[in-house]
Amino acid sequence: MHLRRRLRCCGVLIIAGLTSLSAAQAPAQTRSPDYPERPPATPEQVARGQQVFRSNCSFCHGSDARGGETGPNLVRDVVVLGDQKGELITPIVQNGIPAQGMPKFALSTADITDIAAWLHSQPLSDRGAPSTLDILVGNARQGASYFNGAGHCTQCHSATGDLAGIGSRSEPKAIQNLIVSGGGGGRRRRSAGAAPPVKVPPTTVTVTFPSGQRVQGELDHLSAFVVALREPDGTYKSFARHDSIPKVVVADPLQWHIDRLPQWRDADIHDLTAYLVTLK
Amino acid sequence: MKTGTLLLSMALCLPTGPLLGQGLATDAWPTYAGDYSQRRHSTLRQIDQTNVRHLTLAWVRRLTAGPDAGEGSWFGPPPGPPAITGGVAQEPVTSPGSTSGSPRLAGSILQVSGILYISSPDNAWAVDALDGHVLWHYWWKSRGGIHIGNRGMAMYGDWLYFETPDDYLVSLDAKTGQERWHKEIADFSQQYFSTTAPMVVGDHVLVGTGDDLDAPGFLQSFDPKTGDLQWKFYTVPMNQGDPGLETWASLDAARHGGAQVWTPGSYDAETHLYIFGTGNPTPAYTAMLRAPRDEHTNLYTCSVVALNVDTGKLAWYYQTSPNDTHDWDATQAPVLFDGMFAGKPRKITMQASRNGYVFVLDRTTGEHLLTAKYSDAANWAETVNAKGQPVRNAAKDNTVAGSLVSPDNGGATNWNPPSYDPRTGLLYVVLREIYAMYYLTDKDPRMLVGLGGSEQDVVGSLGTSIVAIDYQTGKLAWKYRLTGGSGTGLLTTAGGLLFANDGSGSLVAFGLRGRRSPVPLWHAQIGSIENAPETYTVDGRQYVLVTAEGTVWAFSLQ
Repeated sequence: MHLRRRLRCCGVLIIAGLTSLSAAQAPAQTRSPDYPERPPATPEQVARGQQVFRSNCSFCHGSDARGGETGPNLVRDVVVLGDQKGELITPIVQNGIPAQGMPKFALSTADITDIAAWLHSQPLSDRGAPSTLDILVGNARQGASYFNGAGHCTQCHSATGDLAGIGSRSEPKAIQNLIVSGGGGGRRRRSAGAAPPVKVPPTTVTVTFPSGQRVQGELDHLSAFVVALREPDGTYKSFARHDSIPKVVVADPLQWHIDRLPQWRDADIHDLTAYLVTLK
Repeated sequence: MKTGTLLLSMALCLPTGPLLGQGLATDAWPTYAGDYSQRRHSTLRQIDQTNVRHLTLAWVRRLTAGPDAGEGSWFGPPPGPPAITGGVAQEPVTSPGSTSGSPRLAGSILQVSGILYISSPDNAWAVDALDGHVLWHYWWKSRGGIHIGNRGMAMYGDWLYFETPDDYLVSLDAKTGQERWHKEIADFSQQYFSTTAPMVVGDHVLVGTGDDLDAPGFLQSFDPKTGDLQWKFYTVPMNQGDPGLETWASLDAARHGGAQVWTPGSYDAETHLYIFGTGNPTPAYTAMLRAPRDEHTNLYTCSVVALNVDTGKLAWYYQTSPNDTHDWDATQAPVLFDGMFAGKPRKITMQASRNGYVFVLDRTTGEHLLTAKYSDAANWAETVNAKGQPVRNAAKDNTVAGSLVSPDNGGATNWNPPSYDPRTGLLYVVLREIYAMYYLTDKDPRMLVGLGGSEQDVVGSLGTSIVAIDYQTGKLAWKYRLTGGSGTGLLTTAGGLLFANDGSGSLVAFGLRGRRSPVPLWHAQIGSIENAPETYTVDGRQYVLVTAEGTVWAFSLQ
């Protein structure tokens, strides 16, 4: 497990190195977009299209074309998605769809081409984009009393010790995720280069043989057949396991956070976040 | 060859009730799951608990994707055959794993008459099952689409079928790898992409596809000979008067409502029912515009659906996540078996669903028999309604401030196939108990399209396990915690073995002990495992086949 983490760190360094290289030189290999992109329209055409749309279409379809009281969302519409430069949209605008209550519009082909350019410039899906909204809804005072009382956080943490200044070092959302993970789960999805806001001690393992001999160290790899560790001096050792012999006991410093997962109330998480962001 | 062909025709063309009803995967592996029942339980017993420790490498074959895969190096082995090229793109997109490099072999591999048929996005191979050498390689020049995976091929006589990310059904001559024809199966401009394995049932090639934008889902049936469309079943209402329209806020919402069919279904030869799962409603992470009221359940999203394979008409459905807001696809294998339930013999289909609940249904009528939560961690629903459906807790939706929810987006389980052992009545499932903070990233529901509008940050895990679910009670007979964090599908055999990816880079053979926890007996450290293990016999020898890191591994007893 720890080996993986180390490798991942190396990977980040390597990727960072490659990025700086490719910034200096030509990019070695670019991955094609999943779906073909239309040639971009000029900003002037997009602006004209928006203006024509707002005067003629937004009454039904909304000023952003994402649906209004009577007209559907056009950004995800089948016709709009299939259209390149207005060729599919034009007949609909000029003829209307009487059965669905859409009147015809006396717009020129040039106007509709501009509308199409604006529609096609609208972002489709922000899948994977991080939240930029203010997530702070909690009560800092209740968060403080939870931290010092019911949450038992002070058994391991201190507002003037490991968490001092965390409100200056990290964004509220990162702090909130950290409250739950303890630094554990967040490691997996951490964006490249982001330093962990708190230091997490390594997971350790104790291997005990039938003879009574014990070997201890930082856990490196564990399966039903092999356990591997690094001793404090860096020596790597791995042992075969048969029928649960030797005995393996893993100590995860984040065990409290794991055990807590099924018990959290979202309100307590929000209050704790509101409190920790005040630790500037 | 003759024996193999006969087996295939028995398996595919003469769907006799007892044979397929029992769903016995035997010598060959002619379909996605080895048979139509999706049990992934083989009657082979040459490899068993007493000798599995002698299981060893028979051969290993690393594959290379793209047009240049056949070019060997000076020092390497002799080059494979040059790629046969197909496809409609003038200038194919570049995509590692498709046009070059190591393919992701996450699909099922067919084994018929001693030949393996292997696929990955835009690539297909025929490989000799005795030593793994490549007979032919076909490469499709792609116009794009999401290259997330390919779940395998289907076979009808000497003809093969597979789907491409840019929405074509391609048929190949199995003997030569030459293309017979290709048919466009979905509108590329709506961003459909196709990953699933087609299923051949009688004279039908059943073809699903996928989409992560707001497009309607459907299942299509094509003529195996000509590729002509036989029927098309939309999984959401598309017109005024369609059944289920009352479960949507509007026709426009329904027509953009998703319910993609992106995994293969099961087939019940006795009733001619093709039983499959559908995906999430779209937009995925808000119900405000498609399901503002409780009665807006959004049919037939997140459902197990049964169609008559001859007509494409709906026989029954059961929705596992009404009014879903978490991407809880019900696309997990609906496993078919017969057994006693509450004192009565029943023809059953059972699904361990992505949402953390397991459902037992009567497969002839869709009658609900049992719901149980098999994930301790799942916390997005608080109650189960009279129909046996989990009732969503709105407080555990995506919220601006963040909600702690399990499962994470990967689900309690996902596409990775389960296995059902008829001797124990237990369904074995890979269970992930992972938590994420679910953040709503836009307050205006009109801005949410497809899978947009949500940030999900994994914040912890209770671990990944293999669980054994008793279909009669829904209770776990055992839960075996894996040391690693992933699983890619399971296989059981009459030799009393369970083959699984341990998530730590090993294929492991467990000895099954009835209702007691299984014992790890054998393993091979082969790297990141990509598909579900399979087993079959060639020349009297039983093989276990699995893929890892673009490489096919075959094991047998020496």
